[in-house]
Formats: sequence, C-alpha cells, structure tokens
Amino acid sequence: MSLEQFLGLYNYWIVIFLMMTGFYIVISRGNLIRSIIGLNIFQTSVFLLYITMGKISGGTAPIIPPALAAAHSPHDEHTLDAHGEHALNGHSVDEPGAAAGEPIANGAAELAEHVEEIAEPVSAAVTIADGPIYSNPLPSVLMLTAIVVGIATTAVALALIVRIREDYGTIEEDEILAVDRRS
Amino acid sequence: MINEFTMIDVAILTLLAATAVTVARIRDLWAAIMFTGIYSFLSASWMLSLDAPDVAFTEAAVGAGIATVLFLCTLALTGKNEKRFPRFSPVPFLVVTITGAVLVYGTLDMPHFGDPDAPVHQYPSPSFVERSQDDMHGLPNVVTAVLASYRGYDTMGETAVIFTAGTAVILILRKEEDPDDKADGSEEEAA
Repeated sequence: MSLEQFLGLYNYWIVIFLMMTGFYIVISRGNLIRSIIGLNIFQTSVFLLYITMGKISGGTAPIIPPALAAAHSPHDEHTLDAHGEHALNGHSVDEPGAAAGEPIANGAAELAEHVEEIAEPVSAAVTIADGPIYSNPLPSVLMLTAIVVGIATTAVALALIVRIREDYGTIEEDEILAVDRRS
Repeated sequence: MINEFTMIDVAILTLLAATAVTVARIRDLWAAIMFTGIYSFLSASWMLSLDAPDVAFTEAAVGAGIATVLFLCTLALTGKNEKRFPRFSPVPFLVVTITGAVLVYGTLDMPHFGDPDAPVHQYPSPSFVERSQDDMHGLPNVVTAVLASYRGYDTMGETAVIFTAGTAVILILRKEEDPDDKADGSEEEAA
C-alpha cells in the first residue's frame, strides 16, 4: 500500500469507523434513547461519506462568484443561446471520445476544449473557462434532503420513546420485554 | 500531497473518531447527548472544509441544535437513570468489526479523495453548474438551484415527510383526557 493510496482512502476508512461505532451503540445497548443516539451517529457518518465523495481537490464551493455570474447573466440572450448550443455540441463530441477510452482529464481541460471549439465568439465563454473548479453540488443537495428527513424520523422515534415510558414505566429493552411477557 | 488541507482533515477526523468512541463508552446519558451535539458540530466543520457550506449550515442548525434539544426534552420526560451496562460487549463488537472489514475491503476500488476523474463528477455535475447559469438567470448558488428547481419535486416530498412526522408526533404524544399537547409538537413544527 503506497502513501498515495493511503491518503486517498483514509477518510473513507475513518467514516466507516464512525459508522461502525454508531452501529455498535445501536446493537450493544438496551436503552432506547442510547439506540437512537447511535442511529444518529450512523446517519451523520453517511452524510460525511457522500460529502467526501463530492470534493474535488483544488475545487471550491459550487457558488458562482458574483462577477462571473454577472458576466454570464442575460445581458444579451442570443449570444448565450449560441454558447449553450456550442456547449451541448461539445458534450456530444466529447462523449464518443470518452467511450473510446480516451480519459477526460478534468473539468478544466474539458472547458479548455470548449474554448477552442468556440474560439471565435463571445468573451463571456472565456471568462467561464478561466473560472474556478467547483466541487460537485449534487451530494450536497441529496444530503440536505437526508438531514431534514433524518430529524423528522428522529423526532417520531423520540415521541414513541416518551409514549413507551408512559405505558411501561421504563425505556430499557429487556424490562419492556419482561413486562410484555408477564401480561 | 500533504498540505494544510490534509492536516485540517486529519485533525477533524481524529476529533470525530474520539467523540464517537466517547459516546459509545460514556455511562451518563445526558453527557452522551451532549457529545452527540459535539459530533454533529464537528461533522459540520468538516463539511465546510469539503466545500459543502449549505450542508454544514443545515447540519449545525438541525443536527447540533434541534436534535440535541429534542433528545434533551425526551430525557426530561423519561428520566436519565440508565441501567448499568458493561463498557465492552464482545458479540456486537465482533459483528461491527466484520461489517467494517467488509466495507473497508469495498473502499479499495473507490476513486481517491478529491479525484476529478471520479465517476461521481463525470455525468451530471458539469452540466448542472453550467446549465444553472443559463437557466437560473444569474442565481449564484448551484446547490440552491438544484434543490429548489431541478429536484423540486424531491424537496416537495421532503416537506410532506416533515408534515407527516409533525402530525405523527402530535398524535403519539396526545393524551386522551386532556387535549393540550406536549411541547415537542411545536418544536417539530419549527424543524
């Protein structure tokens, strides 16, 4: 195992360690609140796993700086449309190359190709190509949804625990089962 | 290869691992809940360094804030005396070790951290960043654009889930005799 491989993969391993710690808390303790805490830790680790996959080294958060956004905002629509079509064509040209096994180096190189293809028209395209590399926005979006759904399920679970405590007088799993057996 | 980013990365990950182990071993339930809050906040910090500020804000507000409050409310209603448990239980430990080993074996094929050639970045991402500039008329935040527009139905479903959960909490906690609800219901609405 080389150092490079270790540095490339260690954060997945730490995330797996955190996940397994949460799993251990869930299955090793009889207390219901403790189990929900473990579930919460597991859940947060899954968020971290997704977010860590979205990072591109040297990238920045997927927020377009105002200057670039202004350069690209609808000051003249038809040039933009032309650029959009060019970008689409560029993609369809790119795809067979990628399928043939020629690797797309990275986002910057791809954008540079676009610039070469649309070398003659607008300066706006050049500004975009010179812009920063953005990390992947998609994992962030998925995890935003997951966080909110996670807090909703946690709230329902905790409400159930409160209810169980009212009826059984305990939140320890074995005591609840004992009460069930006696009745 | 080893730069200041790696150092921040390693520091936060070490703290995260230490916090998780503490939650697993600590006996006091109240302290365990507090450590869960710390854990959420540390993950929010790491998300910020991984270029996901939107998720970091949400995690800090929801995971470290609202979840901790909900846990503490539950603790206040159920009492904090937990049965003594052994600090180490071998069978669950064996199970998680085997599961973890299988998962680590699965990561060996994964693209390295920060690799721009990773399959995740190949298909939808460049087109989302590029297209949102044309489609959203200069809206700077691509995450917002994808969340509210491209995946708008998903977000609507999420809202439905929150509404259902809030209704369920109110129904579960409602007493048959006196109709006034517990405080948890209103907090859930705020979530």
